Amino acid sequence: MATAEVSNKKTLKVQRFKPSDNPSNTYLTDEKGVWAWMTTVDHKKIGIMYLVAVAIFFAVGGALALLLRTELMTPAKTFIEADTYNQLFTLHGAIMVFFVLVPSIPAALGNFIMPMQLGAKDVAFPKLNLASFYIYVAGAIFTFIALAQHGLDTGWTFYTPYSTESSSSVIWVTMGVFILGFSSILTGTNFITTIHKMRAPGITWGKLPLNVWALYATSIIQVLATPVLAITVLLLTMERWLGFGIFDPALGGDPVLFQHFFWFYSHPAVYIMIVPGFGIISEVISTFSKKTVFGYWAIALSSLAIAFIGFLVWGHHMFTSGQSAVATTVFSFLTFLVGIPTGIKIFNWIATLYKGSIKMDTPMIYVFIFLFLFSIGGFTGIMLGALSVDIHLHDTYYVVAHFHYVMMGGTLIALLAGLHFWWPKMTGKLYNEKLAKIASVFIFVGFNVTFLPQFVMGAQGMPRRYYNYVDQFTAFHQTSTIGSYLLGVGFLIILYYLMHSLFKGAKSPANPWGSRGLEWQATSPPDFHNFDHTPVVIHGPYDYHQPMEEFQLGLAVDTNGHDSETAKEVVDKEREQWKNYSLG
Amino acid sequence: MDRLFEFMLPEAKSPTADSTDALFHFINEVSLVLLIGITIALIYFAIKYRRRSEDDETPVITHNNTLEITWSVVPLLICFVIFGWGYTGWLNLKSVPDNAYEIQVNGFKWGWNVKYDNGAQTLNEIHVPEGRPVKIVLQSSDVLHSFFVPDYRVKHDVVPGRYTYVWFEAEEAGESIVFCTEYCGTGHSDMLAKVIVHTEEDFQTWLEKNGGGVSGTPVEQGEQLVQLQGCTTCHSDDGSRLIGPSFKGLWGSEETLTDGSTVTVDENYLRESILNPGAKIVESYDNVMTPYEGRISDDEITNIIEYLKTLK
Repeated sequence: MATAEVSNKKTLKVQRFKPSDNPSNTYLTDEKGVWAWMTTVDHKKIGIMYLVAVAIFFAVGGALALLLRTELMTPAKTFIEADTYNQLFTLHGAIMVFFVLVPSIPAALGNFIMPMQLGAKDVAFPKLNLASFYIYVAGAIFTFIALAQHGLDTGWTFYTPYSTESSSSVIWVTMGVFILGFSSILTGTNFITTIHKMRAPGITWGKLPLNVWALYATSIIQVLATPVLAITVLLLTMERWLGFGIFDPALGGDPVLFQHFFWFYSHPAVYIMIVPGFGIISEVISTFSKKTVFGYWAIALSSLAIAFIGFLVWGHHMFTSGQSAVATTVFSFLTFLVGIPTGIKIFNWIATLYKGSIKMDTPMIYVFIFLFLFSIGGFTGIMLGALSVDIHLHDTYYVVAHFHYVMMGGTLIALLAGLHFWWPKMTGKLYNEKLAKIASVFIFVGFNVTFLPQFVMGAQGMPRRYYNYVDQFTAFHQTSTIGSYLLGVGFLIILYYLMHSLFKGAKSPANPWGSRGLEWQATSPPDFHNFDHTPVVIHGPYDYHQPMEEFQLGLAVDTNGHDSETAKEVVDKEREQWKNYSLG
Repeated sequence: MDRLFEFMLPEAKSPTADSTDALFHFINEVSLVLLIGITIALIYFAIKYRRRSEDDETPVITHNNTLEITWSVVPLLICFVIFGWGYTGWLNLKSVPDNAYEIQVNGFKWGWNVKYDNGAQTLNEIHVPEGRPVKIVLQSSDVLHSFFVPDYRVKHDVVPGRYTYVWFEAEEAGESIVFCTEYCGTGHSDMLAKVIVHTEEDFQTWLEKNGGGVSGTPVEQGEQLVQLQGCTTCHSDDGSRLIGPSFKGLWGSEETLTDGSTVTVDENYLRESILNPGAKIVESYDNVMTPYEGRISDDEITNIIEYLKTLK
């Protein structure tokens, strides 16, 4: 038994709790069965359910993308009609944005990992967490109803007046998005509360894992921005249904107003999608370099800076829309400001590698891919922020390539890094490292073959959302299509070895990466209550110069170990006092 | 490297492109240098500092103020330069020279209707003189469109209920393609047009020849109108199926509607289908046509009907 100074001069009795490599009880062995899963309030199970839902939607959205790319093999009709094509790209965008990218990292991985990184048993409002999931499902059902009816052909942006006139099922989808928004808001609220109130003794703001900082910044955006989306789609529904005349010029409305409303949410939403990815990158890069993250505060605070400045740049989607000249100028200027904190992060991560002990396991490979692809996404973002150049590039494939580099090269690659990093934690299994590396090569090569040509054809003038195109772009489109098939193969390999790992994979030790992160000081998979003790934290999450033992501390249990019920009570009581204390 | 960046842009054919292209090259060059730096650093570190043993010890480097300020401030300054450069270039795109020749362009689903100062009209062809600034005044009769000429690096959304504009100065006789870049439905990707640049002399000749707009007998006028109003984008005159029913053999035929009822194509049905096309949709077709209410006169409708009668 040792004593440790935690904070504010309060002394706690602690002991070491070395996580077992062969846990007898885990969250997977407790509460088994479909009904138990469906009604669970366990953040880990809810996280897994989100992950499965997101994976299914990703498969659907990805299949749509492959159909789109196949149609674009030839300049005229290849195998589907223009109307079908328009529906496919709309659904690809809407599904990937609303059902995959927004919930993927926070609601799936974040739900699972974040409470563990805080040493908490669950999120602050476990039932609300389950409710968020079912609200997400309800939103999805509305969208599927739309598909069964007349689909959607407005583009994921729902621009008026096209969306008010379209004969597709716009209202079902807008209502779906409206409902889905509440899921996002509730998750955000839940996370903010959890991060404020549920930190284990010793986790000060300066010892918060950067993943938690990133989720904190994301949650703020979710809570503040999503209501605007709700209002926007509600107004659009009223316009379509009741002829309200808010956006339709024939009724005294303004179509540009819709764009302001839409992007007021949808630009911050870009940061809802990417900032959690930043969190994963920080965790993985530190673990696989065995090194303190360089510029902890710079990374933590730049997430918050991005969250706030991100609210002030929506107008850069509208440089050609007819918004006022003053607005255009200001939005361009602010756009460059939001680029700076992002650049700072990239430099900090690279500096973290300096003099590290770098192991190129799969999660780290994805971090490297992320740093390369996301940098390109960032530079091309600067290009699009420059007013005169944006006039030329707006609504061309250059923009398509740019946001795929950011959203797929950024968020999705970060998600893959996180998935491979925490897979042993979530499932207790290892995956085939060799196949994982082969898949990452397919993903990297396939991604670049798909999207690099799109920069070129976009700059040459190829507009987006085109079913037919002029002959000069044929070679670019065909290359891009071949790249998308490579990407598809990559994802199929991933699906294969992860499924194989799940059912037949080798057992993982508690901490296969030797990480100092608190979530790795629990068993893999974790106990039903994450830790069967109250963790006490005395070092920062990236203090690789400190011995592992000092990361495995918990409140000393005053028992001989025979009566575990009593022991739990003691823990909880201590815990209660600490909750009040650490708030101060 | 310059050749790669030049390859990325179409050939510039208007002075409006100059500043844009220069900035495009500048950002590409700076980005490429930084990207190469980042990539080299990543690969170099991954090799040089690869893990040799699980017991490797790493130094504690928490931060470095000088370094961090440098990599914050330098990019910020570069960004300021890019902002100022982009801003001045954009101001030029917004400032139409006083002597610009004005052309009215109306975007509709799916085509561009073009009107000149002497009453001449064209569809999907914009005839302009070389070496003279041209201001294109844009309006939309239905949904959002966007007028984009890659060769001139100009683009502006076409918004229903308000006027917007772009300007350019075509440097030499030739043709440049125009794309619609705001998604507008089924025919979005077919909503192309051409800027046809004439020498000043040729342009005047062309203008005079086409002045006064639609003329001739009612049938001749009707034929010109279905071209200019963009009807032929969706309705063929030879019986082939496009987005809407063909005009050939339409007059006097009996059509089955989406609700199962039938209708005989007469003057009143045609008139209704022009002004309010959604009222009676022929089976197997979609309700996508824009109402022409307010965009076309009674005389013009009559002429179009007279012309349709001739397409047996």
